[in-house]
Amino acid sequence: MAFTDMRSWLLDESPASRSQARWGRIFRISLAFRSNTLAMVGLVIVLALIAMAAFAPWIATHDPIAQDTYARLRPPSAANWMGTDELGRDIWSRVVFGARITLAIVILVAALAAPAGLLIGATAGYLGGWVDRVLMGITDIFLSMPKLILALALVAALGPGIENAILAIAVTSWPSYARIARAETLTFKNADFIAASRLQGASSWRIVVGHILPLCTSSMIVRVTLDMAGIILTAAGLGFIGLGAQPPLPEWGAMIARGRTFILDQWWVATMPGFAIITVSLGFCFLGDGLRDVLDPKSGEKH
Amino acid sequence: MTAIHIDNLDVSYGETQITHGVSIDVEEGGSFALVGESGSGKSTVLKAIAGLAPEWRGTIEIFGRPRSHGIDPDFARTCQMVFQDPYGSLHPRKTVDATLMEPLNIQGLSDHNERIAAILKDVGLDNRFRFRYPHQLSGGQRQRVAIARALIVEPKVLLLDEPTSALDVSVQAEILNLLKRLRRERGLTYLMVTHNLPIVSFLCDRLAVMRGGRIVETAGAENLKQGHLQNEYSRELLALSAPPAV
Amino acid sequence: MSGPLLVVENLKVTFPSPSGPVDVVKGLSFQLGRERLGIVGESGSGKSMTGRSILGLVRAPGKVSATRLEFDGIDLLRQGEKGMRAIRGARISMVMQDPKFSLNPVMTVGEQIAEALVAHKRLPRREIAARVRAMLEAVRINDPDRVAGLYPHEISGGMGQRVMIAMMLIPEPDILIADEPTSALDVSVQAQVLDIIDDLVRNKGMGLILISHDLNLVAHYCDRVLVMNAGRVVEDCAASELKNAKHPYTRGLLAAQPRLDETRDELPVIDRTTWSAA
Ligand SMILES: Nc1ncnc2c1ncn2[C@@H]1O[C@H](COP(=O)(O)OP(=O)(O)OP(=O)(O)O)[C@@H](O)[C@H]1O
Ligand SMILES: Nc1ncnc2c1ncn2[C@@H]1O[C@H](COP(=O)(O)OP(=O)(O)OP(=O)(O)O)[C@@H](O)[C@H]1O
Ligand SMILES: [Mg+2]
Ligand SMILES: [Mg+2]
Repeated sequence: MAFTDMRSWLLDESPASRSQARWGRIFRISLAFRSNTLAMVGLVIVLALIAMAAFAPWIATHDPIAQDTYARLRPPSAANWMGTDELGRDIWSRVVFGARITLAIVILVAALAAPAGLLIGATAGYLGGWVDRVLMGITDIFLSMPKLILALALVAALGPGIENAILAIAVTSWPSYARIARAETLTFKNADFIAASRLQGASSWRIVVGHILPLCTSSMIVRVTLDMAGIILTAAGLGFIGLGAQPPLPEWGAMIARGRTFILDQWWVATMPGFAIITVSLGFCFLGDGLRDVLDPKSGEKH
Repeated sequence: MTAIHIDNLDVSYGETQITHGVSIDVEEGGSFALVGESGSGKSTVLKAIAGLAPEWRGTIEIFGRPRSHGIDPDFARTCQMVFQDPYGSLHPRKTVDATLMEPLNIQGLSDHNERIAAILKDVGLDNRFRFRYPHQLSGGQRQRVAIARALIVEPKVLLLDEPTSALDVSVQAEILNLLKRLRRERGLTYLMVTHNLPIVSFLCDRLAVMRGGRIVETAGAENLKQGHLQNEYSRELLALSAPPAV
Repeated sequence: MSGPLLVVENLKVTFPSPSGPVDVVKGLSFQLGRERLGIVGESGSGKSMTGRSILGLVRAPGKVSATRLEFDGIDLLRQGEKGMRAIRGARISMVMQDPKFSLNPVMTVGEQIAEALVAHKRLPRREIAARVRAMLEAVRINDPDRVAGLYPHEISGGMGQRVMIAMMLIPEPDILIADEPTSALDVSVQAQVLDIIDDLVRNKGMGLILISHDLNLVAHYCDRVLVMNAGRVVEDCAASELKNAKHPYTRGLLAAQPRLDETRDELPVIDRTTWSAA
């Protein structure tokens, strides 16, 4: 009973308050989202990643950095679900704690790069003229260099380490967001509703932040989610060549790098973290695809 | 008092000059129509007054105050505009409430809730519509919201760019009645672009006919009703507007 | 050819809604020969949806069903997306209601018209430019060379509509569905543009469906008129009979129009229950 009440309150075509309108919109989007199986799979994977990171100490069976030289390179068993590595550390526990690092990388990059790109792109697109030329010139310089090489160069200059790897990935990923935001801004900067708020005396800053950014965010969320897979892989790549997370941090890419030497005889050492990377990347891809279906203004929205 | 005084207005976009020596005077409380050929620069004149077409020469005065070329918040209090396309003039991600809140915030007006409720009532929208998004509204309802947004800062002059051409006749009738009532109640001054002469005769007391960026004739609405227009082009429009009556 | 070009029988368009599926077109039937059919009716009565469903352009949650939907012997309901694409534009084209919304904001109008042309025919570059120019002239655009290079936000409302019409006429379709094609045009350009369309109907044997809320226009330019209300046809008559229409709804629409010699202080409006039920 209370449930149906809630539902009709949310789906009310004539909401009675600001919050009801907002929750109604969220609820409608989530209804659409729920009917997309693949997207739900993605969401479950991402939620599992988050849960894993949050409850790592309870989920892990061992201490991720405790070495046990007697138990080196054991195959998966009841005691060590994913086996152990060359220092006798439990791989399952390392994968679980690795989720924290992966999640931190993903969140930090998204929190640094996406807003910066969004703001730069929207400002350039809206103001046009020399502001546009300067900002987009800088963007293009960054875009013209291969991402991984640029990240490598940056980490090499700043020194290896997880923080610098995050910074490097953020620095290499904002330009593509700026490009998208600019392109989107161009399509509606001449719309009448923008002209109307200019007529009310709104400043350019207010228009960019209050009117243009909200229209770019949904495609940006989609884009960032889809890019997550790439970010995770880049971070893993940096870890793999020793420029990312440093030992003994259980970063998935670094774990693969170490397992590489035993790949033929002790396959699980490299495969388990690799499996984690693939699962999480796919999860973000599915989630992004699903979000695009429900959030993208061009396909959804109109009713 | 003269509400809108335009003298010898030349507006250009880059290289191309759009209007040539346009002169219009609208009395306070008057309702003036700008009709004429599509692409002749009618909307451009409105945009120049509003500050959306900043490249112009000549004189534009609103209540005796010369108009600057840009947009200033002060001017917004005197003069607002309603656009032609109700589908493009509302922000697709903002509720009616948020749309109406914006001008109040910019102008620093208080009593948000009361003002919004009052203006919605004025344009004939029930409070149920207040928290809807534009896609949940019909064309006519959207146009009412656009009119409400323009009126909420209590301007004296309203620039209307074909406010009903995207709407069907029955909704058009509602909007026209609304505009007529608001003008009477609030003493508003209208400068309206339209291509529909019957609308002019319903809502306006004077009109100017434009063609190729120039005004070819200015006349009173009585002349229109009686079919006494002088210019050849105006007469052509008139003849075409009075088809074998349906 | 003798049979009708287009046969529509019992057309339904349904949208899901939180409170169950809603029919926005409720069993529409008509036939179109090489003639001019007008559809009038108030906002939201399903005029645009009818046009869109013929072209298979009803967007995703919406569903189209009909006992018959045939164009020139082709069953449109059975056509896949690929088959529809071959028909769309080349054989049936539609002028959409809001031109600014339908035009690509970051492409010049000349490029867009050219694209409509080359999508269906291979032509040398020179020829394309000449055809685009000729088409813009045909829809009475004064300096076609300048306008072809403008972006949609740089043209006037009426020009936008004429550009849309040019885009749709350039492949010379068999049927043109024109959804409020001239609502932003002044009467004189409107007459000229409709005359071009009229000419195509008479000389090339094109079929025309003219969707409009302007009763005078429809009465003048069409042979037959359907009046729609809430997804149904409430009146189907010869255009010349429109002024004698009997249905109260049609009468209401007629009365709501302002007249050139207007003396009424207030225009009568239709008491629309849909308005309050929305
Ligand atoms: N931003 C712009 N850049 C360049 N040219 C423009 C721009 N805006 C309008 N024009 C040109 O100005 C001319 C007049 O346009 P305007 O919109 O004033 O016409 P209008 O009289 O309102 O016509 P309609 O009745 O069709 O709306 C057109 O030729 C148009 O191409
Ligand atoms: N995506 C959708 N979901 C649900 N209902 C829709 C959707 N699109 C359109 N409708 C509904 O379908 C009905 C018919 O719409 P349609 O666009 O055909 O109206 P119309 O007769 O063309 O009106 P107008 O004169 O305003 O253009 C409307 O009531 C509208 O609310
Ligand atoms: Mg205009
Ligand atoms: Mg329609």
